[in-house]
Amino acid sequence: MSDPWTGASTRIHRPQPSADATRERRGYIRGFGLALLLTAGSFGLVAFAHLPVAVLLPALGILALAQIVVHFRYFLDIDLSRSKREDLQLIQFSSLLILIMVGGSLWILYDLDQRMMS
Amino acid sequence: MTERAFQHPGINLAHAREEDHLHAEVTVFGFWVFLMSDAIIFAVLFATYASMTTRTNGGPTGAEVFQLSNAFIETLVLLFSSFAFGMASVALRESRVPTIYRWMGASLLLGLGFLGLELRELTGLIASGASPQVSGFLSSFFLLVSTHGLHVLAGSVWIVVMMVQIAVLGLRREVRSLLLRLGLFWQFLDLIWIVIFSVVYLPGVAQ
Repeated sequence: MSDPWTGASTRIHRPQPSADATRERRGYIRGFGLALLLTAGSFGLVAFAHLPVAVLLPALGILALAQIVVHFRYFLDIDLSRSKREDLQLIQFSSLLILIMVGGSLWILYDLDQRMMS
Repeated sequence: MTERAFQHPGINLAHAREEDHLHAEVTVFGFWVFLMSDAIIFAVLFATYASMTTRTNGGPTGAEVFQLSNAFIETLVLLFSSFAFGMASVALRESRVPTIYRWMGASLLLGLGFLGLELRELTGLIASGASPQVSGFLSSFFLLVSTHGLHVLAGSVWIVVMMVQIAVLGLRREVRSLLLRLGLFWQFLDLIWIVIFSVVYLPGVAQ
């Protein structure tokens, strides 16, 4: 067998160029370019565009979400295909937990702050 | 011996044997469970930080403490490191050992560079009187950023260990499987950093 996964031996395998590897390399490069653009966008907004905070914060949030999706798609290879459902569901469930814990904590603390300080 | 493509996240290695395939699928899924629990730790630290941002206790605020240029350089260094590991993963798929070393070495150096920059930033803050003891804001900031830094340090040690393992054991099955998980871990750290610069540095500077 010439397949690398079957090799339990200690010998070093001969390089095997494959079409999949080329496709994956292209995916990483594309993801890297997109991530650079989004990062530059976020920092550029703060450095050069003097927006009011009420506009700036949602814009930063949207850019961050977009970059998270780019990283998941191109660097962690998670997409909507059927064979990756379990992992996607795990990530969605974790996101739900995070949303409840972070959102709930901030809501309660903000509310308490308003009541106690005013 | 059918090859089922795209079963688990991360770079998929070509599998010829069903039991190897199943093994890879299960271990990678288990590693995802770990990553997501880690994400929850970070989420709670983010919630703590977000509720502490205005609690400066008369000490310095975010606008006085954070430098945009420094945060930008740190971000770029970590992003390049992440990309370098991606290239190492592709080289792993093709079993090109020298190329794997080169890209892993690059991502290790960039990761250490990131740690150096972060250490300089944090020690500089402490030296200028903005230490974690000053306010709730600074405590939560130091806790959040240094937790991420410790993860990067652990990842760097892991990269060194894996480079030694490749040298000693070769690209055998177990080594490949570990490299796959290390890749996920390293990409995950960059993901956390996106949230750090979007939640901590950029709003802090803008205020």
